[in-house]
Amino acid sequence: MTQLAGYRPPYPGTQPNHLHPPYVSSRKRAPTKPLVPIPFTLTEITGPSFGTEILPPKACDLTRLRGGEAIGERIVVSGRVLDENSRPVPNTLIEIWQANAAGRYHHEVDKHDAPLDPNFAGSGKTITDSEGRYRFLTIRPGEYPWGNHYNAWRPAHIHFSIFGPAFATRLVTQMFFPGDPLLAFDPIFNCTADEKARNRLISVFDWETTSPDYSLGYRFDLILRGREATPMGDKLGE
Amino acid sequence: MSLQTTTSQTVGPYFGIGMTWLIRDNLIGEGVSGDRFTIQGRVFDGDGLPVPDAILEIWQANAHGKYDHPEDTQRKLLEPGFKGYGRVLVSHEGMFRFVTIKPGSVPGPKGKEQAPHLAISIFMRGLLKRLVTRMYFPDDPRNADDPILTLVEPERRSTLIARKTAGGAGTLEWNVLLQGPDETVFFDVGL
Ligand SMILES: [Fe+3]
Repeated sequence: MTQLAGYRPPYPGTQPNHLHPPYVSSRKRAPTKPLVPIPFTLTEITGPSFGTEILPPKACDLTRLRGGEAIGERIVVSGRVLDENSRPVPNTLIEIWQANAAGRYHHEVDKHDAPLDPNFAGSGKTITDSEGRYRFLTIRPGEYPWGNHYNAWRPAHIHFSIFGPAFATRLVTQMFFPGDPLLAFDPIFNCTADEKARNRLISVFDWETTSPDYSLGYRFDLILRGREATPMGDKLGE
Repeated sequence: MSLQTTTSQTVGPYFGIGMTWLIRDNLIGEGVSGDRFTIQGRVFDGDGLPVPDAILEIWQANAHGKYDHPEDTQRKLLEPGFKGYGRVLVSHEGMFRFVTIKPGSVPGPKGKEQAPHLAISIFMRGLLKRLVTRMYFPDDPRNADDPILTLVEPERRSTLIARKTAGGAGTLEWNVLLQGPDETVFFDVGL
């Protein structure tokens, strides 16, 4: 018999609500009825896993496409995926996507009048190593305008999608850059009550991954939900 | 002092750039057993307008009621052709469609069996964190005392159960309504 532990709830104020009125798109898309709390079952504590064989070649290098080099400032973005108990999360899929150096996405919906870069890949994927580490080589993304309010500009950011070991640990977030003057005005960045939680979305300039004459390094650790100390009290199996 | 989970942020409008490569709209690999279904539906916002930029992820057990995951220690058959993971993007008209098998039942709280279900995560612009819901299958007698469905007010349970369609027995329809009187039930799993 196996006893299964659930996953811890978030520390108060560290996760957004679905409805955040300053973020206008949430108004017609956030649920209006209360969510129905459910206990963890085998469904939520299991989840998909992916092997390195699904990764296209050079999927962690966004700076070269069609034989040419992307325009902009090369950066290394690296870090670790850990759980709340500081344990590394190995062998888990990370996907990233971002605007190019001019602040333009290679996407039909993006009508921003900034140049596309045919040599910038725009997205990357990798799988963490046995110690939960990951590393991407990319271009520092540009800030870009959006329609949320008058003269709205998104701070420079990279979108991250991480699976972790279970359905319960799935996380999508955004990484920001230190010192960005737009952070104070961004309703998405400012969606949580807890200022320290917000600031953990800002990557840290990192000498260790900065290479002479080549690229700056930024470090961004991702923390996934940790297990409860005690099992759910449910028994699984025969 | 323990760490705290990274704050969730929206996928934004351009997630297709990073997520389309892993579309899995047919979950059935070679040699997979079980009743096959095409599941289709639409996603609607609070104005009743189709949402053109959403992504759904599916997680489910195989036809024997076994998850392809090390923590599922049940003595049930794993099938190499079935991973249980699906990912679909909606079209400009808010439509999605995927093909899968009806899972077997899996254990729930206090050893009570759960009715066959798909666990669904929904991401889109406007959602700062994902929505979690489930899809159950029509005409399954196990729905009546499923330990999760019975936590939902009776009048709202139908939002979680797919409907049969004119398209034949193998096609089911399941829509996601983000708001309104028939709003889909979304679950709190502590996100
Ligand atoms: Fe963005």
